Amino acid sequence: MAINKDLVAASSTPIVLAILADEDSYGYAILKRVRELSGGRMEWTDGMLYPVLHRLERLGHIQARWEVADSGRRRKYYRITRSGHRQLAEEHRQWQAVDATLRGIWKGLSLPGGMASAAPLAEGV
Amino acid sequence: MSAAGHTLSLEEQIDQWRSYLRRRQTIHSVDVAELEDHLREQITALVEAGLAAEEAFLVAVKRLGNLDALSREFAREHSERLWKQLVVVSADSGELARVRTDAIVAFCLAVAAAAAFKLPALFGLELDRNIEFLEQGAGVYARNLSLFVLPLLTGYFVWKRRLDARTFRWLIAAFVAAVVFANVYPFAAGSDTEALAALHLPIALWFIVGIAYAGGRWGEIAGRMDFIRFSGELFIYYVLIALGGGVLTGFMALLFKAIGIDAEPFFTFWLLPCGAVGAVLVGSWLVEAKQSVIENMAPVLTRLFTPLFAAVLVAFLGALVWTGHGVDIERNVLIAFDLLLAVVLGLLLYCISARDAESPPGVFDVVQVVLVVSALIADVVALWAIAARITEFGFTPNRVAALGENVILLANLVWSAVLYIRFLRGRGAFTSLEWWQTAYLPVYALWAALVVAIFPPMFGYS
Repeated sequence: MAINKDLVAASSTPIVLAILADEDSYGYAILKRVRELSGGRMEWTDGMLYPVLHRLERLGHIQARWEVADSGRRRKYYRITRSGHRQLAEEHRQWQAVDATLRGIWKGLSLPGGMASAAPLAEGV
Repeated sequence: MSAAGHTLSLEEQIDQWRSYLRRRQTIHSVDVAELEDHLREQITALVEAGLAAEEAFLVAVKRLGNLDALSREFAREHSERLWKQLVVVSADSGELARVRTDAIVAFCLAVAAAAAFKLPALFGLELDRNIEFLEQGAGVYARNLSLFVLPLLTGYFVWKRRLDARTFRWLIAAFVAAVVFANVYPFAAGSDTEALAALHLPIALWFIVGIAYAGGRWGEIAGRMDFIRFSGELFIYYVLIALGGGVLTGFMALLFKAIGIDAEPFFTFWLLPCGAVGAVLVGSWLVEAKQSVIENMAPVLTRLFTPLFAAVLVAFLGALVWTGHGVDIERNVLIAFDLLLAVVLGLLLYCISARDAESPPGVFDVVQVVLVVSALIADVVALWAIAARITEFGFTPNRVAALGENVILLANLVWSAVLYIRFLRGRGAFTSLEWWQTAYLPVYALWAALVVAIFPPMFGYS
């Protein structure tokens, strides 16, 4: 299932901030984590993560530093800042509101196949 | 064995990918480093999963996404990068240090040039103050003006290009010769030959600067072409710096006038001359520093003005035929036509310097040929009128110099037109035009050197 571009863009900020809130990380590892967490359903084009990271850095939500990795290569690590934590809390509130609204709407509707990928077992029913 | 071969080719592929990425102006080298780390990590993971190195590379590149889309995303995030930065350099520390040394050396040389220019004042050769000087000293200053600046500029390029000792000795010999010829002749005060020498020495010496600029590449078309580009850009920078200087001095005069101090002497004897010589070095440094950063201005202006000049010249020729007026031969008409040919040559040169030699002839090339041919016709008409009356005017040094320059420029443009038309008709390569222009450069320098060295004794220093 491919997730709509706008949704990917909108959710990228909370996802990246949440991953960095867990621990400092770098581009490749962040993407790997996104794939794990979404069970492979969120497929980002790898390169597109970096402009997102740079935007968050410019806004002051995250901070970058260069480190030498075990492989001997220089690697850019990102750390969430205090303003990033605040932003994450804010995003959390907003997404919960969206989520709650949608849940209310889904309950009153029965979409054909709409819940299929969210609940794969439904296929058998 | 084969594993080593694979890693080598992988490294090569990554190198290629990296240089391809670097060409995107919105993706800076730090970003490239970050993306490269990602790419390598991805490749490692894929190789561990069982892919061959080359396959892993292809998959990893594909996953990074389409480069156009990626650089668009970068542009959205870093829109300021679309305005190519001149003074700001990339955060790459090695490059930063190099650029900084460059700047320091250039500014020191600019100060040295200004100091050298004011040095004669220490020995009583003050630009103002005594009338005697105005007659004797002004000529000395005028003749030696380029010698205050160009040796330092040459030195800058000798340092920058790490020229070998042999070339360096030749350059020094050339400047020593210039000093000798500028100063040994007993010029009559305010004579024409002196003015000619003062005008032509910088032209001859600019050629020496070119040899230093090109480093070891003076023998190559590309090396000379780079020097032509450099000269055009420097000219534009110089004009811009001069405009800025004008604004600065205007404010200075206003501010100091408000508190009752006349800043004019300081301006005339210090700021203007020191700024004028220093700006040559600073301008050269700027051209060098931004070479790869900003699109060159000279070709842009050429594009703008070639059609306009062509239109004016065609209109002039049309009016000439329509009204049947002859060219009014005044004293300075030859010089005017020399300048016209020089401008046309400049437009042609900077059109050539920016043109992709491989692309096929286009509309702009036709406009260029129209420009050159109409300039040639106009010049021939003028020459015809002058030739009829040259004996009547007599052969003064000015006239001989102007005539010689006209012939030199005419010869260049005639052959250029022939080559260009051949190219338009698909019978010749564009590179032959480049070759002709670069091969012709020594002719200008040689003629200028002749005017400096031979004209004064030939015309009795008058």
